[in-house]
Amino acid sequence: MWDYTDKVKQLYMNPKNVGRIDDANAVAEVGSIVCGDALKLYLKIDDKNIIRDAKFETFGCGSAIASSSALTEMIIGKTVEEAEKITNRDIADYLGGLPEEKMHCSVMGNEALEKAIKVWRGEKVTDHADVEGEIVCHCFGVTENLIRDVIRENNLKTVEQVTNYTKAGGACGSCIPKIEDILNEMAGEAGTAEKKPAERKPLTNIKRMQLVEETIANIIRPMLQKDGGDIELIDVDGRNVHVGLRGQCVNCRVSDVTLKNLVEAKLREFVEEDITVLEVKP
Amino acid sequence: MNTTVYLDNNATTMVAPEVLDAMMPFLTERYGNPSSMHGFGGSVAKDIERARQSVARLIGADHDYEIVFTATGTESDNMAIQGALAYYRDRRHVITSRVEHPAVLSLCKKLEKEGYRITYVPVDHEGNLDMGVLKEAVDDDTAIVSIMYANNETGVIFPIDEIGLFLKERGIPFHVDAVQAAGKVPIDVNRIQCDLLTISGHKFHSPKGIGALYVRRGTRMRPILFGGHQEKGRRPGTENVPGIVGMGKAAELALTHLPEYAGRVSALRDRLENGILALFKNAGLNGNRDRRVPNTTNVGFEYIEGEAILLYLDGQGIAASSGSACSSGTLEPSHVLRAMGVPFTSAHGSIRFSLSRFTAERDVDHVLAVMPDVVNRLLDISPYWDSEKKEGRPITL
Repeated sequence: MWDYTDKVKQLYMNPKNVGRIDDANAVAEVGSIVCGDALKLYLKIDDKNIIRDAKFETFGCGSAIASSSALTEMIIGKTVEEAEKITNRDIADYLGGLPEEKMHCSVMGNEALEKAIKVWRGEKVTDHADVEGEIVCHCFGVTENLIRDVIRENNLKTVEQVTNYTKAGGACGSCIPKIEDILNEMAGEAGTAEKKPAERKPLTNIKRMQLVEETIANIIRPMLQKDGGDIELIDVDGRNVHVGLRGQCVNCRVSDVTLKNLVEAKLREFVEEDITVLEVKP
Repeated sequence: MNTTVYLDNNATTMVAPEVLDAMMPFLTERYGNPSSMHGFGGSVAKDIERARQSVARLIGADHDYEIVFTATGTESDNMAIQGALAYYRDRRHVITSRVEHPAVLSLCKKLEKEGYRITYVPVDHEGNLDMGVLKEAVDDDTAIVSIMYANNETGVIFPIDEIGLFLKERGIPFHVDAVQAAGKVPIDVNRIQCDLLTISGHKFHSPKGIGALYVRRGTRMRPILFGGHQEKGRRPGTENVPGIVGMGKAAELALTHLPEYAGRVSALRDRLENGILALFKNAGLNGNRDRRVPNTTNVGFEYIEGEAILLYLDGQGIAASSGSACSSGTLEPSHVLRAMGVPFTSAHGSIRFSLSRFTAERDVDHVLAVMPDVVNRLLDISPYWDSEKKEGRPITL
């Protein structure tokens, strides 16, 4: 039996603001019936950017219903800018806390709010609130960006915590190594603030070259050198990056794999999504 | 809150009053150790042997010494499989099913990591075992086959007689996890022709912390616990005397109440099940309707989520269980329903009601009376249900 607070119990038994708003000007749906929880949020925002009304429909457990109710209570009367500052942690706090395993319910509330605001602003949204970045957990459709946001906002340290907050890794478990990588990488990031992923707007040629050089020098080369290999940047031609593998890599039977899974993956992560790496044989 | 209507008897059962009475002397004045040389302790050994005879009778064992008392069903399952593997060291293959209890599945996962080959026999959409796969999988390397008698979530009974006969002809040890069958349907180890069979006391009205493993005379296995001479060295450790005596009494009672399960309990279960299925068009049965233990029903509700249903039922004083991801602790929907290919849409909304001989007509009346409000309130909240049109909405996500 979950250790729900009285506030959670009160709100799942008697949720507030259940239903739809027919003339809503922002509607967002997050989660899915496959995952076992889904939330549809309706907002009515006036011309002074104040959220006049908020209603919800939820498929999910007790804490999902309570989190949805809490979210609507928290945002009604607030301006969009104020509402935007609400984090999943604030929703959990409003409820007097949630069991660790149920924190993903508060994340779902936060996701729905962000997505609804995007819709209202006319920004482009896809099925999930945050589908930028690849899907890490295929069972629950959790993206890398969502995992990163949640780790950052809640200062998470372990895979188990990530599962509790996002459900990622909770079913087949095949993405757990990937979650570990993200955690390790972000733990490193905390020390060196420089290694931020590149911004999303299109890069100029010079900026792209600089980032490619930096990424090879600071991230890729040290990883290859650990195994006695090395890498040389030969040319950057648009989004095609030409490199030569050196040292042990020359004779390595899996150098193709290294090229794709390490060099290209890291460049895509830190420079641009659509970079292609081509090998120039010595 | 009303008085509790307890419909979660596959999780655990109440201790029968007669069982408690039988145990009390061993929790008070008769606290001696049965291994002692003095009469104060030694006399207790006779009560253990009487309990052993009762348990043997419940499952049709020829000899009382074929019953080994353990602490839990989980321990019995582990002892059966690990004990057989410890003897057949050169055989590296185990056959089980995809819908076993975690006591067997988790062990098999661990064995897999250690290099064992495990065949997980699949089930069809009604939860029936794929006998073709099982028979194909058996080879010279197979050390043991472990299949449950009845599934804990759906109540579906497996064709263990057929498996037993098949394995007997090939000389392969057969373990049956009968935890969910004991006390609900007649068990006869000679009809099944199994070598090992697990039962757990608290599923048939004895207290928690007592289980047993039937070990057919001549079965090859080695102990997995080491210590004193208790249980002929097969399961060392000072006996749980009150538990053993309680389980003996419970076994005796279970045998006499078996006809009541086949009759009254089964009819009551059907009334509950048919009542719910008639009330809601978003509800469907999980599992084979005709081949089930008489006390269990598993209903899947579409468009609403199981944990929320449980919490609302709990608010009405009703205790049931769910295979939903949210109620599992691992955030994973039931492995049994997933193995059956139950769609996620209704696996998340599955509710198991499990009755006992202590379940009364009025308990079922109460559930049927409050169910519409519970389900309709959740349908009203659900984004997948149109409350005005009284039908599901297209599921877009």
